[in-house]
Amino acid sequence: MNNTLVINILRFVLLVITQVLIFNNLNFLGFINPFVYVVFFYWYPIKGNRAIFMLTAFLLGLVIDIFSDTLALNALASVTIAYARPAIMRFCFGVNYDFQSFSFKNTTKVQRITFLALLVLLHHLIFFSFEILSIAHILLILKKVFATGVVTLILCVLFSSLFSPKSE
Amino acid sequence: MQRIINFILRYRNAFLYVFFAFIALVMTIRSHSYHQSKFFNSSRWVTGSIYGAGSDMSSYFNLQEENKRLVEENKQLRKMLFNTQYDSIEPLDSTLAIYQVLDAKLIKNSFTSPRNYVLIDKGEEDGVHQDMGVITTEGILGIVENVSNSFATVQSVLNTKSNINAKIQGTEYFGSLIWDTKDYTVVQLVDIPRLVPLVVGDTIVTGGMSSIFPENVPIGTIKKYDLNDAKSFYNIDVQLFSDMANIKNVYLIQNKDKEEIEELESRTIE
Repeated sequence: MNNTLVINILRFVLLVITQVLIFNNLNFLGFINPFVYVVFFYWYPIKGNRAIFMLTAFLLGLVIDIFSDTLALNALASVTIAYARPAIMRFCFGVNYDFQSFSFKNTTKVQRITFLALLVLLHHLIFFSFEILSIAHILLILKKVFATGVVTLILCVLFSSLFSPKSE
Repeated sequence: MQRIINFILRYRNAFLYVFFAFIALVMTIRSHSYHQSKFFNSSRWVTGSIYGAGSDMSSYFNLQEENKRLVEENKQLRKMLFNTQYDSIEPLDSTLAIYQVLDAKLIKNSFTSPRNYVLIDKGEEDGVHQDMGVITTEGILGIVENVSNSFATVQSVLNTKSNINAKIQGTEYFGSLIWDTKDYTVVQLVDIPRLVPLVVGDTIVTGGMSSIFPENVPIGTIKKYDLNDAKSFYNIDVQLFSDMANIKNVYLIQNKDKEEIEELESRTIE
């Protein structure tokens, strides 16, 4: 229990620093700044208290917002994917995901990537819709969601396979 | 009563989500229409220091290019100095000069989001105040928005909330400079009346209508303009002189008469 807490705090801090110092300045192809911190929601333990999970998500988003002067856009997107995570997991891993015996080891690679892709898609849709906040720019929003989403997904898959948690 | 409590307990996560989402939405919508939040912005000590450390490391990679640019600027200033008509150079009395200039370094740049703010490494201790104009060695950058003890955030011209007074060089026709978020090298100049003759390539400079920037600071050149038959104002695309993606050294300008001008204006409106 204590060990998980320390690991999650460490992840929180390291992901914030990587996000704001490296990935916010990437500007790949002029506009793509991937949000790799979404991988936090993939790593977060499944059997935790949901209220604490949402509070953590809100704080993580808010800290990144304060750094990048996009007040509360990341917080809004993070809280939403934290709230929607159980539903997405049920969709990807079937109804028995909340059984005691469930772990990522028993799932296929496709299931895990689908799970990550849905998290990224939902996060980016909310982030860019509220950043631009205009239906007239729907094409711009979709372009940004798609382009940034693909890069984020690739990086998140890389991160999750590089630093895969041994326990849990 | 029991049923209401049961209902709330059953959906406590949904309520919690609505609560957090509501806070975040209020902040988001506020940030669309008002100034940046006073407390939650990157000029705070913790965020500023982390960006400062990151910038210390990365600035070494651009030192050579940055030096070249400063030498280029020095060369131009020297040329101007040697070609002035004055026989004797009188010592400048700093109490008489209207504009004070401070220097600063950019420690966080941003140009891809619709509302861009950049962070500089000078703050209140160095004499930076809100609403000072910020220029680069080539053109304008923006206006100081929030100041902490040793850092300040600058609202870039690449910000949908930015609205800077500008005019066509050599004339007195002025308009407002805004940004349509599409391209970080191009901003838009609006409210220039249709009877003004325009040529692609004309220089756009700051106008003297605001007390933030001095008159005639270069901004950019006209890239293209269109004039709808039904409209009485031009829509002008302005190619910026400053390369917004590559800025390190900036200058802050303070107008000493600003307070007096603003006080007079507010009294007149009343």
